Amino acid sequence: MRILSYLGAGVAAAVFMLAVGWWRSVQTSPPDLPLRLGQMAFEMTDHRGNRVTPQDLLGSPAMLFLGYTYCPDVCPTTLSDITDWLEALGDTARDMRVVFITVDPSRDTPEAMAEYVSYFDPRVEGWSGTKGNLDRAVAALRARYERVGDDLEEYAMNHTANVFLFRSDGSYATSIDYHEPREFALPKVRRALNEPMK
Amino acid sequence: MALDMKTVLIASVLGLFSVLPLMAEQASQVTVTEPWARASIGSRPAAVYLALTNTSQAPATLTGLKADAAGHASIHRTSTDANGVSSMAPVGEIILAPGESIKLEPGGLHGMLMQMNAPLKKGTSVDVTLVFSDGTEQPVEFPVLGIAAKGPEG
Ligand SMILES: [Cu+2]
Repeated sequence: MRILSYLGAGVAAAVFMLAVGWWRSVQTSPPDLPLRLGQMAFEMTDHRGNRVTPQDLLGSPAMLFLGYTYCPDVCPTTLSDITDWLEALGDTARDMRVVFITVDPSRDTPEAMAEYVSYFDPRVEGWSGTKGNLDRAVAALRARYERVGDDLEEYAMNHTANVFLFRSDGSYATSIDYHEPREFALPKVRRALNEPMK
Repeated sequence: MALDMKTVLIASVLGLFSVLPLMAEQASQVTVTEPWARASIGSRPAAVYLALTNTSQAPATLTGLKADAAGHASIHRTSTDANGVSSMAPVGEIILAPGESIKLEPGGLHGMLMQMNAPLKKGTSVDVTLVFSDGTEQPVEFPVLGIAAKGPEG
C-alpha cells in the first residue's frame, strides 16, 4: 500500500515535470519568421503613385520596415541609420530596395510619403495601402502595429521598429533591432547579402 | 516713527539682498548642454533633445515644457518592448538628484512638440522653456538640424 502511494506520487511528479517542460517550450518557442516576399499577398501605392507588390522586389535584396511620418523620434532615426548603412555598404547594396511601409495610411498618403522620403537616401521608397493590405503586410512580416489615442489629429502609432532584410530571391535573411549599434548591424547586412540563397 | 521706517527700509533692503542670490541659484540649478531639434514637416510633431545636469545642492524636478511654436509640448519617452514594438508615452516628472545628469536623445527621452504652428526649418532655431517644480523656468534655444540628424553634431 505504501509502495503504491510512493509510486502514485512519483507518477504525479513526472506528469507535473512534463507539463512544466511543455509549458516552457510553448513559452520560449521562437516567434514565427517573416514569410518569403514571394508568399506575401498585399498591394500598395508607392510615393511615386505606382501600384506595388512585394513580388516587385524579387531580383534585388530588400529592406522592409514599418513607420509613420508623424513619428518624430524613432522613424527618422531608423531612416537615417539605413541611409548610413547604404553609404557604408557602397557597391554591395547598390541594388538594394528600401521600403518604408506606413502603418498610418490615413495620414500618410503617397504625396505625404513622397515629401518625407525625399529627405533620405534616394533608394528609400514609401509605400502606403488600405488597412486590409497593411494588415496583410504586417502579418506577413510577423510584426505588429496599434493606434494609440482617440484624437483625430494627434494620435500615435505603436509599431515594430525592426528592419527586415530579404535576399534577392525573396527569402528572409535577418532583422535588425532598433537599438542595434552600427558595428553589429552592418556586418549582419553584409553577411545576409553574401549568404547563398534559400 | 522715523526710526521704525528706517528699520523697515533696512530690513527690506537686506531681505532683498538675501533673496537675490537664492533666485539666481534657482534659475541656474540645471545646466543645459548640446540642445538640438530635428527639422519637421508641416504641422507634424517635432522632437527636441538636450543633456541636463543638476549643478545645485538640491534635487531639481523637471515637470514640463512650454513652447510658443507648438500647440502642445511635453516630455516623452520612446520604449521598445521584447517583441521590438516601439511606443511613445508622456513621462511625468523627471527628478534630478544633485550632480545627476540625463540625456534626452533619439530612441529614449525627447521633448515632443505637437500641433506645430509652422514646420521647424533646418538652420533656424526653436525656443523651448524647461519648467521646474519650484516654479523656475529655463528658456533654451534649440538649433534645428536636418530630419536625418541623429545627434547634436548632425
Ligand atoms: Cu514623442
